[in-house]
Amino acid sequence: MAQTLKVNGTVHTVDVDDDTPLLWVLRDVLGMTGTKFGCGMALCGACTVHMNGVAVRSCVLPVSAAAQADITTIEAVGETTAGKKVQQAWQALEVVQCGYCQSGQIMSASALLASNPNPSNSDIDNAMSGNICRCGTYVRIHAAIKQAAGQATFVKVGA
Amino acid sequence: MKLDTATVSRRGFLKIGAASGGGLLLSLALPGAIGDAFATEATAFEPNAFIRVDRQGKVTFTIAQVEMGQGTYTSIPVLIAEEMAVRLDQVVIDHAPADDKLYANPLLGFQVTGGSTSIRSAWEPLRQAGATARTLLIEAAALQWGVAPSSCTARDGVVHHQTSQRTLAYGELVEKAATLPAPEKVALKTPEQFQLIGLTSKRTDSPGKINGTALYGIDARPDGVKVAAVMACPVIGGTLASVDDRAALAVKGVLQVLQIENAVAVVAEHMGAARKALAMLDIQWNEGANAQYATAQMLAAIEQASMSTGAVVRNVGNAEQALAQADKKLEAVYQVPFLAHACMEPMNCTVHVRPQGCDLWLGTQVPARAQAVAMQLTGLAETQVQVHNHLLGGGFGRRLDVDFVTQAVAFAKQVTFPLKVIWSREEDTRHSTLRPYHFNHLSAGLDAQGRPTAWTHKVTGSSILARWLPARFVNGVDGDAIRDPSGPYDFPNIGVSYIRHEPPAGITTGFWRGVGHTQNVFMVEGFIDELAVSAGQDPVAYRLALLDKHPRARKVLEAVAQRSGWATPLEKGRGRGVALTFCFGTYAAQVAEVSVDHDGQVSVHKVTCVVDCGRSIVPDSVVAQMQGGAIFGLSAALFGNITFKDGRIEQGNFDTYRVLRMNETPVIETHLLDSNETPGGIGEVSTVMIAPAVVNAVFAATGKRLRKLPVDPRELASA
Repeated sequence: MAQTLKVNGTVHTVDVDDDTPLLWVLRDVLGMTGTKFGCGMALCGACTVHMNGVAVRSCVLPVSAAAQADITTIEAVGETTAGKKVQQAWQALEVVQCGYCQSGQIMSASALLASNPNPSNSDIDNAMSGNICRCGTYVRIHAAIKQAAGQATFVKVGA
Repeated sequence: MKLDTATVSRRGFLKIGAASGGGLLLSLALPGAIGDAFATEATAFEPNAFIRVDRQGKVTFTIAQVEMGQGTYTSIPVLIAEEMAVRLDQVVIDHAPADDKLYANPLLGFQVTGGSTSIRSAWEPLRQAGATARTLLIEAAALQWGVAPSSCTARDGVVHHQTSQRTLAYGELVEKAATLPAPEKVALKTPEQFQLIGLTSKRTDSPGKINGTALYGIDARPDGVKVAAVMACPVIGGTLASVDDRAALAVKGVLQVLQIENAVAVVAEHMGAARKALAMLDIQWNEGANAQYATAQMLAAIEQASMSTGAVVRNVGNAEQALAQADKKLEAVYQVPFLAHACMEPMNCTVHVRPQGCDLWLGTQVPARAQAVAMQLTGLAETQVQVHNHLLGGGFGRRLDVDFVTQAVAFAKQVTFPLKVIWSREEDTRHSTLRPYHFNHLSAGLDAQGRPTAWTHKVTGSSILARWLPARFVNGVDGDAIRDPSGPYDFPNIGVSYIRHEPPAGITTGFWRGVGHTQNVFMVEGFIDELAVSAGQDPVAYRLALLDKHPRARKVLEAVAQRSGWATPLEKGRGRGVALTFCFGTYAAQVAEVSVDHDGQVSVHKVTCVVDCGRSIVPDSVVAQMQGGAIFGLSAALFGNITFKDGRIEQGNFDTYRVLRMNETPVIETHLLDSNETPGGIGEVSTVMIAPAVVNAVFAATGKRLRKLPVDPRELASA
């Protein structure tokens, strides 16, 4: 049946099955390709979006569960305070390599900072360990979150 | 691009002319590598890269190299911008269309991005080209003003005449410059004059990757595109018997189900419907000859193959004789597993086949090969098949193969609309090309002082080159599998041999980040550590004594010892291990610091890297590659293992094919040594060192020597 969705402040009506993952509605129906497909099982975080400000994996989130919520994607996260800071830090520290996972990384990081403006190293690890990066940009992601949080001195304690 | 007027420079690798549509065009024929089987004596001028300066002063560079995270799109423009005296943001890069003849990679001889060759082949000619363009534009300005070119300077794309305070922008000079003869000689900047090389840190591709607008192959959405979820026979070499698609076709949004010899595709309006319906198919497979295939069988076969005599790769002195006369003899078998690449962007390809044409949208390291398979399957001519190359969501060698393109074209041929085929993560793992399993025998003889007098290394494994580039499989030897079999060390007697041993048809071995080095550096650096232990010597000191001919190797090793605090004692349960490599023209050393818990779980706490990659173009990118390369290699060292059961790859998603996550990531420190040497490759160096550094550290911590990857906690658990 038709679903009504609010994505980045715009209301859309889409005609898909209730159990269709939000990811494919965003990418294939609405044509918003910034949110990426990586695993389809909430194991890699590439598809992360915000639902009412909280990071969720859109590859396993049925569109019906998102119907009443405010959805924010990478295309608009820069309009939030935390998202903007995160994107600026990502640029300043040259975090990206292939870049494919970075939409999801940025969405997870900005959700973390929105709820926890001053995260500890383990807060960061906990919030970000669901996001895989095969290029191995973790060191810089960690540092960029610290910078976005205004923690100038970066010391990552060994795992 | 058409050459209207042309003059060939004395150096013979570039032509100057007017660009069609206006502006200055430099056509470059980048040189081929000596001894390359594909390189031919150039009798005609065949350009393979182009620099165009338009009337607005914008510089467009067309190249074959693709960006897959390694920073090529930043480092190559830096070379041009530096010598042309333009700002980095004035240079834009065009993806080269598929054309082997025009965009051949100079070191590899055909269109490919891989083997850390990008910067190594670009360093000289691109600076020459940039300097030529600058010289011409200055000359054009000098002519217009009636002054001596030597009285003019250029910066940020503008020519200045200091005395008269006149200026002309490059865009105003391109028409005149295009008619000038090529300068006989151009002066390259000296390192002290560099304003970008070694100084810039801005990647040109960052903004789009941060705001979600960057387009990867998977993001292609040509008009009328439909999507397809696919499943290929899970048994290696198996085929499709039958499929019942009734339930699948009833799913809303599903359009049709397609079949090819060994796979099924569900075509739908969106991937949610396609994936849901794919799971509802009732598929029967012909499992074929490999239905019972298992890893134990593979191991028995490769071990047996490794016992025979190999093809001779290299003999220095007489290793057999020296071994027989040695005071002490050590032997070891080292093994590395099959590995998948697990690129974050799963394999995908969008194809539109029409009676008179075919378009492909994808990210590939080999666009001309993608074009070739489409031509083969459609019967269309080269001019009718267009490849639209995109950013790669990870390459790591996986996108050097086009098996997924072949499959996508085979499905797309059956429909009239553009079809986007996307593999699930499970398909991506189960049908990956695999880094080959290697089963190598090493031996060494030591004299009374513990110094090696002989070194032998017999490599056994699948030959990637015999399939991928047969011209490089010569006299029974795979030139990649035998890379770097004895390290940079000075051994008086060396014997290296190779045995090609292939797994069953249906398992395709392929390149993996670091190529042959990832196998052999692990083995060589592990075994040399064993020699040091056997000789009762410090592993760093032992290596240093064997490096008289490699002062740069000595330097990185000494530096890594100092930077890592090698001599400082560690708390109980921790250990440090070192590894050294000279590959892709770069010297590097790494020290890993680890601990091993009661259950045998290894934690890597800190990795110290020291690199001498010659002059670094974008130093921050070198650091990024050292960090990322270590993490990529660490995933493999700790977890990477593709195994078989019932003819199937047992791993699928990231739960069964684990990769490193942030909470498992060590502190990684990288130190670049100042160097004026020619730039070396950097994308693969860190990956090849981390596994031996870790196993050597595990030995230091536990006294247990691991000779097989991945690290197996069961071997390390306390009794």
